[in-house]
Amino acid sequence: MTEDQHIQAILRLGDDTLVLGQRLSAWCGHGPILEEDIALSNTALDLIGQARNFYTLAAARENQGRDEDKLAFFRSDRDFQNHLLLELPNGHFGDTIVRQFFFSAFALERYVFLSRQLMDAEVAGIASKALKELQYHWEHSAQWIIRLGDGTEESHNKVQQSIHDLWSYTGELFEADEVDQAGFEAGLLPNLELLRDTWNTRIDDCLQKATLQRPEDGWMQRGGKQGIHSEHLSYMLAEMQILPRTYPDASW
Amino acid sequence: MSETDKNLEARFEAYVAEEKKIEPKDWMPDSYRKTLIRQISQHAHSEIVGMLPEGNWISRAPSLKRKAILLAKVQDEAGHGLYLYSAAETLGVTRNQMLNDLHTGKAKYSSIFNYPTLTWADMGAVGWLVDGAAIMNQVPLCKCSYGPYARAMVRVCKEESFHQRQGFQVMLNLAQGTDEQKDMAQDALNRWWWPSLMMFGPNDADSPHSAQSMKWNIKRFSNDELRQRFVDMTVPQAELLGLTIPDPDLKWNEERGHYDFGEIQWEEFYNVIQGNGPCNKERIAARVKAHDEGAWVREAANAYAKKENEKRSKSATHAA
Ligand SMILES: [Fe+2]
Ligand SMILES: [Fe+2]
Repeated sequence: MTEDQHIQAILRLGDDTLVLGQRLSAWCGHGPILEEDIALSNTALDLIGQARNFYTLAAARENQGRDEDKLAFFRSDRDFQNHLLLELPNGHFGDTIVRQFFFSAFALERYVFLSRQLMDAEVAGIASKALKELQYHWEHSAQWIIRLGDGTEESHNKVQQSIHDLWSYTGELFEADEVDQAGFEAGLLPNLELLRDTWNTRIDDCLQKATLQRPEDGWMQRGGKQGIHSEHLSYMLAEMQILPRTYPDASW
Repeated sequence: MSETDKNLEARFEAYVAEEKKIEPKDWMPDSYRKTLIRQISQHAHSEIVGMLPEGNWISRAPSLKRKAILLAKVQDEAGHGLYLYSAAETLGVTRNQMLNDLHTGKAKYSSIFNYPTLTWADMGAVGWLVDGAAIMNQVPLCKCSYGPYARAMVRVCKEESFHQRQGFQVMLNLAQGTDEQKDMAQDALNRWWWPSLMMFGPNDADSPHSAQSMKWNIKRFSNDELRQRFVDMTVPQAELLGLTIPDPDLKWNEERGHYDFGEIQWEEFYNVIQGNGPCNKERIAARVKAHDEGAWVREAANAYAKKENEKRSKSATHAA
């Protein structure tokens, strides 16, 4: 794996966590129940904290005078390499939970690998610190999948629809591109095919408990890792980046 | 009032006068209970409505560190809401009833949150002044005669001082920043100063419930006393920031050992309370929207919990 690819791999970890953290933070003050304002904000805080760590590491490695904020606020949507799933609008609570459920099952397994690999000790350090957080995100979203799936008829139908709507964004999580392939060969990144198996087990078990159907695999959306995003991301970034871009000389 | 009630009330008052705590199961006068329900639920509502003006800037916080701090702060306010709703529930009212009162306009919340947050500097001014004023009001409540409220306030106050510090830090960074940032900070102080002073409520002469609350050890200091303390504390902080408090009458009074300050626009205060503030409608609409859109989620959680309980009690009967 080239040095560039190595940095890119770290940056992607930052992009995934920042983009989802930014999305989730919008629930603060607007959740269905106060306890969920707190839980979703907690998750957002965890993810933003992880993003800061990954960005700081990526910035140090590239050594071009950038820092976490330069990476977060002065790159455009074509530069972001997060998975498409994470930039989708929050939708209703069920949509948000399904997105979290799909991602957390993936991210938890990914971090387990990252925390154990020996190729990059600093990445391992960030991942192992975040493992507990990821475990909580997974449990929290899985519990809600079960409650909503096995709750009322309305909640069952709603969350089943969310699963259908978001399903085509799950394929990208396991589609390796050159960076993933090089990272796998170098021992930094997990084998995405193996990860798909553990992900499937997690998802299928939980969907069954929730009395929900797993959709048929069909056409899968892709492009996030190549910086080709949905229309949603540039709006999200426009809002997120407005102050640093308007006052580039200011520090806050 | 019957003879026994009179005796109970006398005993209650003597008990409270000795600085002892009233607990949920203790006898208490109806009016004491009502006053507390009104005050604690208003306080809880203020915490959750207060999440909105600051929540407004989470998505636009200008650095990741500021974003994390602001998000943690607004999340704390949700926690305060929870502690306080729980404290009020010990008096025999449900969270649902209280929320209903908020949504229908029957219950009030702190008027300060009906002002808009227009720039990033408002995150500084709100933390510094609004949380600062809240601390002034709230620290004495840690010794309130009602045990659950007093204990909730101890937890709340611990976090409020972090809120005030982070707000001051935001202001300090702006005040030491570019000219545009300084202007932003001054503008925020100009807009938040007077509403912050209003947070202490009407002048003592116009505050009818205060005397009874003082007697019950729910209130410890008068509105004007607390307001004066706040002004005395804040003026040197503004000087440190190099910002000007928007009050031409503000000056140190050697004789009193306090700052004198100008007259508050009470007409504005009462209008905002009555619903005419710049954001009253938006704030309630946002709360109602979250509540209504979340109804199916709460119903699902209840239905699921009920099913689980039934399963559990079935397997318990089988086991027996
Ligand atoms: Fe608070
Ligand atoms: Fe606060």
